[in-house]
Amino acid sequence: MGGKTFTEKILALKSGKNSVVSGEIVTVSPDIVLSHDNSAAISKKFKQIGINSVRNPDKIVIPLDHCVPAASEKYADNHKVIREFVRENGIQNFYDINTGVCHQVLPEKGHVLPGTLILGADSHTTTYGAFGAFSAGIGRSEVASIWATDKIWLKVPETIKIVITGKMPFGVYPKDIILYIIGKLGADGVLYKAVEFSGNIVAEMSISGRMTLCNMAVEMGAKNGYVEPDEKTIKWINLRTNKKYEIIKSDTDADYEKIIHYDITKLEPQIACPHTVDNVKAISEVIGTRINQALIGTCTNGRIEDLKIACEILKDNKIAKNTRLLVFPASTEVYVDAMDSGILQTLVKSGAVIMNPGCGPCLGAHEGALAPGEVCLSTANRNFKGRMGCNEAEVFLASPAIVAASALKGEITDARGFLE
Amino acid sequence: MSIIGKVWKYGDDINTDVIFPGKYTYTVSDPHEMAVHALEDLDSEFSDKVHKNDVIIAGENFGCGSSREQAATCLKYAGVGAIIAKSFSRIFFRNAINQALPVIDCKEAADHIETGDKVEINFEKGEIYWKEKVFAFKPLPEEILDIFNDGGLIPHTKRLLKMKKGEK
Repeated sequence: MGGKTFTEKILALKSGKNSVVSGEIVTVSPDIVLSHDNSAAISKKFKQIGINSVRNPDKIVIPLDHCVPAASEKYADNHKVIREFVRENGIQNFYDINTGVCHQVLPEKGHVLPGTLILGADSHTTTYGAFGAFSAGIGRSEVASIWATDKIWLKVPETIKIVITGKMPFGVYPKDIILYIIGKLGADGVLYKAVEFSGNIVAEMSISGRMTLCNMAVEMGAKNGYVEPDEKTIKWINLRTNKKYEIIKSDTDADYEKIIHYDITKLEPQIACPHTVDNVKAISEVIGTRINQALIGTCTNGRIEDLKIACEILKDNKIAKNTRLLVFPASTEVYVDAMDSGILQTLVKSGAVIMNPGCGPCLGAHEGALAPGEVCLSTANRNFKGRMGCNEAEVFLASPAIVAASALKGEITDARGFLE
Repeated sequence: MSIIGKVWKYGDDINTDVIFPGKYTYTVSDPHEMAVHALEDLDSEFSDKVHKNDVIIAGENFGCGSSREQAATCLKYAGVGAIIAKSFSRIFFRNAINQALPVIDCKEAADHIETGDKVEINFEKGEIYWKEKVFAFKPLPEEILDIFNDGGLIPHTKRLLKMKKGEK
C-alpha cells in the first residue's frame, strides 16, 4: 500500500475521515463556494428549497464578471436579483462589476488558500489548484444545495501526475505547454482524474503560469489540477491575506494511476485550431491564416505578465488594417498595474481596444462577438463551435505573444521574430 | 422504471456550447424555452424532431466544457429520456443527475445502436434492450440514485432538510 495523493488527503480531511480511496463517495463541507452572474439563477433554485437564508454566508464568494456591465435589460435584471440576494443574506464577499474575472479575483482577494476545498459553478474553477487548493467545477443546483446545507458529495478521483522537464525554449510560454499536453492527451485524456503538475519547468514557472496550467486542466477532462505550493506560492498568498492555512502535499510514495513525462526543451509555440481545444498544432503549421479579431485576456491569460508580453511585441507598432485587437485585463488590480506601468498606453497606441475587466466575448455573451465567416485568435481556453456567439465563426487559441504578433500582421504569426 | 424511445446518435466530445450556446446562458431562464435551443449548434433540427423519451447515444466525453446546467436541463425538457455514452464529462454527469436526467455509461450499447433504432431501457435492472440484444450497465450508487429518485437535487435537498427539521 503506497502513500496518499494530495487529492486523497484533502478529501479525507474535508469529509472528516482518516483516509479515503479513489472511487469512494464522500460528503464534504467546502471552504469556499463560488458563483458569478449565474447567482441569480442559483438564487431562484435556492428559494425552491424552501428555506429563508443561506447557511454560511462567509463561505460564499460572488464576483460579477460574465457580462459586465450589463449588455441589456435582461442582464441588468439578472445583476439586480444578485445584488438583492447578497444584501438579504449578508454575503460580504460580493464583488460588483468593477472587480474582474472570478478566477483572478478570488486569489487576489485572499479567498484561495493552500489546503482548502473550493467549489464553483464554473468549469474553470480548477484554476486554484495553482495555489495548492482542491478546486473543481459544479452545477447551479449544487451551489444552491451547498448554500442550503453546507454539504455536497464528491467521488474521490484517481490522480495522474504530469512531470514537465527540460529547458524552457525561447518564445514558449505556459499556454504553449498546456495546449501541447491537451493536444497529446485529448479532450478526455484525463477524464474525471485529479492532475498534478510537477517537474523543474513547473517549479520555475510563475504563479501566473501555473494558473494557466490548472485553468486549462479541465479542457482535458480533469476534475482538479494541482501544483505543490512552494516559496513562490507562500509569498504570493501572504501578500494578499493573513488567514491561516496548512499546505497539503502528496506523499513521495503516493499511488498515482499514471505518471506522464514531457521534456519540452524542443517545444515549438502551439495553437489550438477550430473547433476543439485538443485540435492542437505547432505554430509553423498554421502561419499565415487570416484573422479578423485578436483577443488578449480571460481567466487563462489576462494577467499582468500576459499584457507585458503583448506590450513588448506591440510597442511602437500598429496592428494590421482590418484587424481588431481587444484587450481585457483579468481584474482591476491587473488593469491598474498595466496603467501604472504604461502598458495600456502602448497597447492603445498600437490600435488595441482596452475593455473593462471581465470575461468579455469568451463565452459569446456580449462585447466583441464574431460575425459569420470571421476568425478570432484568442488567449482564452475554449474554441468550440459557436463559443464566441456565432456558429459560423472560427476561434484559434494561443499564447498572448502569438496573439499580439498576429494582430500586427493580420494573420497567424510566429511571435519569436518579434521578441528580443 | 423503464422507457422506450427512438435513438439520436452523435459523436465524441459533444460539448456544452453546442448543446446549449453560451449566448443564451443568462437570457434564457425558462426550461421550456431552453428546450427549443437543445443541441442547436450541433443539430439545429433536434428540438423539432425529438419526441418524449427519445434516447441520445454518444461517444466519449459527452457534455465536456462549461459547467452550465442548462445543457442537462434543455435536453430533459426537450423530452430526452436518457443519454447513453461511452463516457461523460464529470460536471455534465453531475448536472444530469441533479436534473433527474438518466445518464448511462455503456460502451457496448454506444457502439452498436444507431440513429433511428428503437431501444428500451430498464433503469432498475440496468439493462438496455435493442433488437435481440441486451446490454448491461451499472446502476448508480444508492446515495446518488436517491437524488435521482427525488426528481433532482433541489427537491432532494428540500426533502432532506424537511426530514431533519422533523427529527428535531
